[in-house]
Amino acid sequence: MLTIQCPHCGVQAEETELSPGGEAHLSRFGPGSEDQDFEAYLFFRENPKGVHFERWRHVHGCGKWFHAARCTVTMEVFGTYSAQTTEPPKALRDKISEKRPGWTWRDIA
Amino acid sequence: MKRYSVFAVARQALSNHQGWERAWRNATPKKRYDVVIVGAGGHGLATAYYLGKNFGITNVAVIEKGWLGGGNTGRNTTIIRSNYLQDPSAAIYEKSRSLYETMSQDLNYNVMYSPRGVLMLAQTEHEVRGYRRTANANALQGVDTEFVSPKRVKEIVPIINLDGPRYPVLGGLWQARAGTARHDAVAWGYARACSDMGIDIIQKCEVTGVRRDGDRVTGVDTTKGQIDCDKLGILVAGHSGHLAGMAGFRLPIESVALQALVSEPIKPIMDCVVMANTVHGYMSQSDKGEMVIGGGADGYNNYTQRGSFHHIEETVRALVETFPMVSRLKMLRQWGGIVDMTGDRSPILSKTPVEGVFINCGWGTGGFKAIPGSGWGFAELMARGTSPLCDEFSLGRFREGRFIDESVAAGVAH
Ligand SMILES: Cc1cc2nc3c(=O)[nH]c(=O)nc-3n(C[C@H](O)[C@H](O)[C@H](O)COP(=O)(O)OP(=O)(O)OC[C@H]3O[C@@H](n4cnc5c(N)ncnc54)[C@H](O)[C@@H]3O)c2cc1C
Ligand SMILES: [Zn+2]
Repeated sequence: MLTIQCPHCGVQAEETELSPGGEAHLSRFGPGSEDQDFEAYLFFRENPKGVHFERWRHVHGCGKWFHAARCTVTMEVFGTYSAQTTEPPKALRDKISEKRPGWTWRDIA
Repeated sequence: MKRYSVFAVARQALSNHQGWERAWRNATPKKRYDVVIVGAGGHGLATAYYLGKNFGITNVAVIEKGWLGGGNTGRNTTIIRSNYLQDPSAAIYEKSRSLYETMSQDLNYNVMYSPRGVLMLAQTEHEVRGYRRTANANALQGVDTEFVSPKRVKEIVPIINLDGPRYPVLGGLWQARAGTARHDAVAWGYARACSDMGIDIIQKCEVTGVRRDGDRVTGVDTTKGQIDCDKLGILVAGHSGHLAGMAGFRLPIESVALQALVSEPIKPIMDCVVMANTVHGYMSQSDKGEMVIGGGADGYNNYTQRGSFHHIEETVRALVETFPMVSRLKMLRQWGGIVDMTGDRSPILSKTPVEGVFINCGWGTGGFKAIPGSGWGFAELMARGTSPLCDEFSLGRFREGRFIDESVAAGVAH
């Protein structure tokens, strides 16, 4: 059973308390953008076998959105942070690089 | 290959069944093949089979990181139906269903295809309208389905509870020719027939890289060394994004866990498949007597082949509402597979940005039924560069907005 700590209210929430919201840090494109950018924003996903940055909502708790970094192979949650940001905090990135040697932020995108 | 038949069984009985030959060769990789297929699931093996059978291309290797049929092909709940809404779906799923009817004879391998009928319950007004529309669409497509009344539902499935506590049964979409088959046998039957044509099946060999010369594929790196090829087919279900990453392109795919479970074996209680998509559960009875049960997929990316327990709880709760008698059953086993989901819930059978690389993925929660049809079309696409069964399912449809939207039709799309 997956548990993730909500960075807003501090609760160690069990997954039925949470609602998954898909990949985080997408670059948004709207009307007037190039077809390929719009397509990438709507459909293309990193879907990594490994470190994944994702949106969650503490839906049956404080109700707020937040971000989490999680490994899709081991289910380890590296950390959570506020959704009011465009990239993960440096401390979290460093922590992940230490645990997953060779991993760097946005080596795919 | 020695043919299987009643005479063969009788002959073997005289020699204590010591004379059966291996169903397929365990090949060691050659340096080069015309076509390399990654993934020995149903789709990979069927593609290799029809490349050989329909196009005479047999210098082919099927490379599998585990054992053949050990992915979703050996983990699914074996529902075969073709009552989809959109025309391109009807074409490929109906082709597939019709190939299942003759598969045992064609492969000389008993895949236990059982056209026992699939009933999809309508439990909201929205679903009633949706399934009536599907039945009309199916009539135009030449797919034999009908919308049936609650009374007829009860005749087809006497153990059903029509007045569920939350959602009464308002009708159902009935496809009498739909059914189930033995999943392992489908993989084994294709593997045996491929091996007989000289196609190499290489198990316990993981593809770790895709070799390119500019925009053209030249081969793959594997745990058994480099293997060169002219054309590369990627058919790895949940791992599609991972393989596409090796080849240098991205996919509109997310990988999530989907689970199933079976009960203890009991006497026959239900002779068709029933799907209750509003409450999220479906059930059929295997020949051994186990109730085979499935439900909805998990909501987050996952590569572990394990799902969340609360989904099992949800599924079982849905079935207890629909079939109160199952509340007394003990569940025996539960497992998961990693399914590849696209935004429009339709598959991708396509060329890719890398010349010579073809991808067949996105079957998500419902690709077992599609194995023969997909293999038939995809072999044609790989051999000729175009295929009437596949062309609508190209990668380009996401950019062009030509979706093949099957997500509205069914909450649980198996
Ligand atoms: C629980 C569950 C229930 C389902 N129920 C139904 C149902 O009732 N009806 C239905 O129609 N569909 C159902 N499905 C969906 C169906 O199982 C799949 O769509 C189908 O089996 C996919 O077949 P495949 O050949 O594409 O993939 P798979 O059978 O998963 O084969 C892919 C293979 O690729 C291999 N591979 C991956 N990466 C590599 C690599 N790097 N190198 C070499 N090999 C690699 C894997 O080991 C695997 O064997 C269900 C799925 C699940 C999980
Ligand atoms: Zn909270």
